Amino acid sequence: MISDDVLKKATVELLKNAVTALPEDINTALKKAYETEEDAIPKMQLKNILDNIELAQTGSLPMCQDTGIHIFYVTFGKDMVISVEDAIRNGLKEATKIIPLRPNAVHPLSRHNPGDNTGLKMPYINYRFSDKDYIEIAVMPKGAGSENMSALAMLTPSQGLSGIKEFALNTIVKAGGKPCPPTIIGMGIGGSADISMKLAKEALLRPINQRNDDSQIAELENELYSAINTLGIGPMGLGGKTTVLGVNIEYAYCHTASLPIAINIQCWAARRAVARIHPDGLIEHISHPKEVSP
Amino acid sequence: MKDIKLTTPLDEDSIRELKIGDVVSLSGTIFTARDEAHIRALEYKKEGKDIPVEFTGSAVFHCGPIMQKEGDTWHLVAAGPTTSSRMNSLEPEFIKTFGARAIIGKGGMSRPTLDAMKSYGCVYLAITGGAALLAAKGITSVKDVHWLDIGMPEALWVLEAEGFGPLIVAMDSQGNSLYENVESETKHNIKMAKQKLGLI
Ligand code: SF4
Repeated sequence: MISDDVLKKATVELLKNAVTALPEDINTALKKAYETEEDAIPKMQLKNILDNIELAQTGSLPMCQDTGIHIFYVTFGKDMVISVEDAIRNGLKEATKIIPLRPNAVHPLSRHNPGDNTGLKMPYINYRFSDKDYIEIAVMPKGAGSENMSALAMLTPSQGLSGIKEFALNTIVKAGGKPCPPTIIGMGIGGSADISMKLAKEALLRPINQRNDDSQIAELENELYSAINTLGIGPMGLGGKTTVLGVNIEYAYCHTASLPIAINIQCWAARRAVARIHPDGLIEHISHPKEVSP
Repeated sequence: MKDIKLTTPLDEDSIRELKIGDVVSLSGTIFTARDEAHIRALEYKKEGKDIPVEFTGSAVFHCGPIMQKEGDTWHLVAAGPTTSSRMNSLEPEFIKTFGARAIIGKGGMSRPTLDAMKSYGCVYLAITGGAALLAAKGITSVKDVHWLDIGMPEALWVLEAEGFGPLIVAMDSQGNSLYENVESETKHNIKMAKQKLGLI
């Protein structure tokens, strides 16, 4: 039986894991970037980042003060659809107090800040379904510095692959040092305007060392990764070899008359955490196996 | 790369000596100010209302920290920079009006701010974005807070710093900007990137 208490506990643990420790794929990529850089300024930026990650892990504190707004992905297993909304909400409120997280969620117009990271449709929960016998919850705390560099283009089908590449390059150049590079580029191709945006964000849930199953998309990921890293924007936009740590693309079929392309940028503090909740109430942390708390 | 120690209040001469690429660490008082605090400070000044701190010679940090209150004292948890370009339209006026001498942030600022830095003697100090705990290590205490009504991230926090850094002089008061240099290099490199992608 999965109780509200278990769901709430899982939410707090997920948030704690996400904001205090990066998944292994990101850590490895950052260490590699540090080795790759030769000039003093980019090397120093990456050293600061690595030292900071260490401080977060040892002190069990948020690595970045922008602990984001909270996007959840809940995947229900077979015959396991239960109400999770209240538990996640309460877990987020508690996590805001005890970790602590910065209260970021505000009314879009009045800018009123309730102070606990919740509000209308926030946290935002995406629901998915699977044939597994557990519920999987993923959280992506998303900072504004990188999110504000998001971009959408409704290309014409004739612009095709070249149009997509051009748009990706221009978006990264325009973003410069603002999204805290080295970044991860999440791209959504196809669907509709809103679907491509959703795919772009979902792409960021995939570890950066895993390429898309589709070989053409995988090739585009590799091509963009190496092309963007010749731009020289570098860590924090202060110049250097590492502008992106990875490029992840998801796609969907789209209307014969359109070609939507969306980009969602994730900063080096690419926080995400995934846990499985089994029918007996056991919480299994997938993304942060070492950080599991009893 | 020079490694320079500075203490607030900052004087014009030592600020004008700084060159892009220099590494600086700061001690003394640092104020945090984001969009809302910039807007309010400029508004209050215009309306002749009291501004609770002295911005002349100050170091202004684009930062929305995480703070925790223990009893009556605020305790700083994490304090990395926010994206400075959001203050692009406010900063030239702010530097001119208040005589701030150092702006600390990430991502850099646009031409009008660079021009104001040249005219009035101010520099932009880049701190590693997201490295909020490293930054917090250079802050010894939270001295005060004003304007908490605009929310924890936007409020005007008064911090005491000791060896706060390393900061990189990314825009100096001679009109040089590391960001502009990187930008023109990027413009050049984009041809290479396009070639790699088979676009040209
Ligand atoms: S862009 Fe990311 S790393 Fe940079 S300040 Fe925002 S949340 Fe932190």
